[in-house]
Amino acid sequence: MQELLTFTIIGLSTGAIYAVVASGLVVTYTTSGIFNLAHGATGMLAAFTYWQLRFDWNLPAPLALFLTLFVLAPLFGILTERVVMRGLQGTTEVVRLSVTVALFAFMIGLANWIWPSDSSREAFLKFFEGNSVSIGGINVSWHRIITFLCAILVAVLLRVVLYRTRMGVAMRAVVDDRSLTELNGARPYRVSMFAWAISASLAALAGILLAGEQQLNIEPLVLLVINAYAAAIIGGLKNLPLTFAGAAVLGLLDAYYLAYSDSSWFPQSVFGFSLSGVRASIPTIVLFVALLARPQSRLKTGVVRFREESRVPSWSTAILGAVSLVVIVIGISGMLTRANTLLLLNGFTFAIVALSLVPLTGYAGQMSLAPLTFAGLGAIAMAKLPGDGNLLTFVAAVVIVAVVGAVVALPALRLSGIYLALSTAAFAVLVSKLVFNQRQTFQTGNIAVPVLDVPFVDIGSPRSRLVLAAVAFSILGLGVVAVRRSRLGRRFIALKDSPAAAATLGMNLTQTKVIAFAMSAGIGACAGALAGDKVSPQHYDFTQSLPVVLLAVVGGVGTVGGALFGGLLLGGNSILASVVPSLKNVSKILPGTIGITLGRNPSGAAVQTAESFRSLQNRWGLIGVSGVGAIAIWALTAADVLSHWSFVVTGVVWFLAVTPNLPAIADCTHTARRVSTIVYLAVGLVVAGGIDWSTALDVTGQRLVTVVVLVAVIGLGGRRLSENGPRVPKDSPDVIGLDRSFTGEEIERAERELRVSI
Amino acid sequence: MALLYVDQVMVRFGGVMAVSGATFMAHAGEVTGLIGPNGAGKTTLFNVITGIQEPTAGAVSLDGEDITHLAPHKRAHRGVARTFQRLELFSSLSVRDNIRVAAELAMLTNVSSTVDSLLERVGLGEVADRVAGDLPTGSARLVEIARALATKPRLLLLDEPASGLSDIESEHLGRLLRSLAAEGLGVLLVEHDMDLVMRVCDHIFVLDLGVVIADGTPDEIRADQRVLEAYLGAS
Repeated sequence: MQELLTFTIIGLSTGAIYAVVASGLVVTYTTSGIFNLAHGATGMLAAFTYWQLRFDWNLPAPLALFLTLFVLAPLFGILTERVVMRGLQGTTEVVRLSVTVALFAFMIGLANWIWPSDSSREAFLKFFEGNSVSIGGINVSWHRIITFLCAILVAVLLRVVLYRTRMGVAMRAVVDDRSLTELNGARPYRVSMFAWAISASLAALAGILLAGEQQLNIEPLVLLVINAYAAAIIGGLKNLPLTFAGAAVLGLLDAYYLAYSDSSWFPQSVFGFSLSGVRASIPTIVLFVALLARPQSRLKTGVVRFREESRVPSWSTAILGAVSLVVIVIGISGMLTRANTLLLLNGFTFAIVALSLVPLTGYAGQMSLAPLTFAGLGAIAMAKLPGDGNLLTFVAAVVIVAVVGAVVALPALRLSGIYLALSTAAFAVLVSKLVFNQRQTFQTGNIAVPVLDVPFVDIGSPRSRLVLAAVAFSILGLGVVAVRRSRLGRRFIALKDSPAAAATLGMNLTQTKVIAFAMSAGIGACAGALAGDKVSPQHYDFTQSLPVVLLAVVGGVGTVGGALFGGLLLGGNSILASVVPSLKNVSKILPGTIGITLGRNPSGAAVQTAESFRSLQNRWGLIGVSGVGAIAIWALTAADVLSHWSFVVTGVVWFLAVTPNLPAIADCTHTARRVSTIVYLAVGLVVAGGIDWSTALDVTGQRLVTVVVLVAVIGLGGRRLSENGPRVPKDSPDVIGLDRSFTGEEIERAERELRVSI
Repeated sequence: MALLYVDQVMVRFGGVMAVSGATFMAHAGEVTGLIGPNGAGKTTLFNVITGIQEPTAGAVSLDGEDITHLAPHKRAHRGVARTFQRLELFSSLSVRDNIRVAAELAMLTNVSSTVDSLLERVGLGEVADRVAGDLPTGSARLVEIARALATKPRLLLLDEPASGLSDIESEHLGRLLRSLAAEGLGVLLVEHDMDLVMRVCDHIFVLDLGVVIADGTPDEIRADQRVLEAYLGAS
């Protein structure tokens, strides 16, 4: 009895922390419609900040607490809203979620950078360490009592703020109708900012309390948010009392499991499957059950005008791209060191995983946070199935995982949007904790996935595996293009654009989603089955999936090129870290930083790059100029005027920075502006080609970084200079129609916005 | 027998009764109007008929078959199609592909010829290859109609198809509706443009505060005192 009571108190105090986290999640979700996956990471960062102030700089505890909770955390929240979240109005749920993933990655990178895990840190002290009071014969530490009090205080304060203050009323009004609130004089942005500030403070409070309870480590603090998801979902993402109750249940379950799982009557394994991972997955299991218990999501009606681009890829472009990719990889594979070959190979593996998101997320609009989980299952299937890696084994592995993907997805498909995404996250965590840690799967921590046995070709060396990966990506990419051009692809897009219309036109939504999930799982499995090396379960962990999802969206999840771009960027990031040690820390925050900019170009980088070349379409004269320039650069190199590296730099600058600017120069009506653009680009080219990069910089990575910087400076500068039209601000709307008549485009836009005919 | 029979349908959202026991019907080969002031429950009824909204009570039957609890896509396969008041286009597909998807979902064998003839019929031939999301509202409404027709429905539900249309366009629409009815299609029309409703409808039901308060031919409705009260608040 004594034991039960003790564990009840432990459970409730853990639950109190979950409740604080979850309420912060609910506050931002309800006011801005953004489910903040980075909420736990905010708490983690706050706990570290508090440690820094309190224990490293020895500020008194009240001051350190005040600074963290009421100054720094709210500032961070406001900054997040202002810089990142505000740009997300009118984007898809996929982009919104990805941006919080980016924030998540950014904060983990930042924490790793500032507080490396190897530096020794004094233990994080609890409040009133060592002091406890006896309640009913049980010693309860002050820290726990403070935790309880905090949770109660948070509950009361939230209640008061939401129901008794003007700001609270405005917050609740924003939930109901943002634009209406605006018309009535409230400023929704200020309201959102306030919500994000409160939310960050709550995360900070929970982070500090939890760090006292456990240790100051990045991962457990970040994953805290998963437990909070479960509580928040129990509360339906809006009901705060239910959220608190859910948090208490979670805390109790965890404590009781801890108390009784060692008892003799408690099963340690079921049918030979070890249950050792169960405790860690309790919150996830609760999350999964809570999600599945949700009512069928109603078909949403109401237009969402996506800002993302989606064009039908043409066969000629697709085949040209696939062939050139293979040729380029074969070409450069001979020049790479073994280490760089392996890193690039890694990039292609990521690219295939990112590709698995193209039909699912890019076309069908269904978010998955578990792409690597299917790669892991694919690797296991390839290793365990008989046949030692022959083509048949490969096909069987892929088919099995695709079927698993379909079956597992089936119960979750009643859900949509954020709920579906969370259930895939729960699935990923469950598989990591319950499947990947079994003796039967990764028994010794890693397994050897056999190299694919391609007839007549010997694949063993890293170089041939790299080429194989490029070929595999090209073939799968062509397959995905074929899907987009097919009946099925149109169905996917229809599902994404308007589920309600698709259903009333006769589409079985569940069936279509199952097909998309199976296809995605199958492609993901290819990435795992092609590993051709020893792999460990950490490679396929949920936290590893997040950067892949992020960079797929950054590259442009609607296109095959975007998947390649995203995958290689993720692979290239580790190349950057390995060749330029001084940039190691930058590489930690790079993926997150890039992702945060998504709000501004939701279609992804690949589409943007393609867009800049689109202006060249059918302008053969300019394409000719570009070709002549390329030949000239090549000739200069052949004549030994340009060194090897200067050739690379000049070539890239010519194609990526100068060529896209050619149409603008040709169309420029101001002679002075045209001349200055040409001069600017010419100077840029001379700089790129004039410096002998082979001797100027001695590390490959630095040269690569230089290329990127030069392309950005020359390309963007050229575009800025050659901009057509008068450099005056755009006409103010009330002038149009009076001073000048409407253009056709403006009339159409007005009709669209006002829903009338003019 | 009526093609569509809506029997005592009731829909409650929390404490609000959106539809409280509405009964009406639509016949094949006729244009049936469903009118009423804003908030009368017209769109909610469309959602009930197409399966997007489960009714709290009541029944919907199509050609004598009870479809009250059928999934939306199964109703579509039985010949129910609709357009939406707030546009629900597949905005990243081209106009042609919007219609093509619908024809493919209906398992038609002659997809491309159906699509071409529909584009011609509603007058969208010139914008066929434009992305649907870029169209002005008038053309977008026509895409929704063509898309619904591509499923070869028996019953077509139109939710304010004329809003956003110019006078000429709405006259074309009226003629289109008459010709569809002449081909045997049952059309149920929700519309605020009274000229159009009075011109094309064979029979009109008037909905107010979730119940049918009157029904009859256009002439009867025009003369009905209850209808005037509902619309004008006259007593």
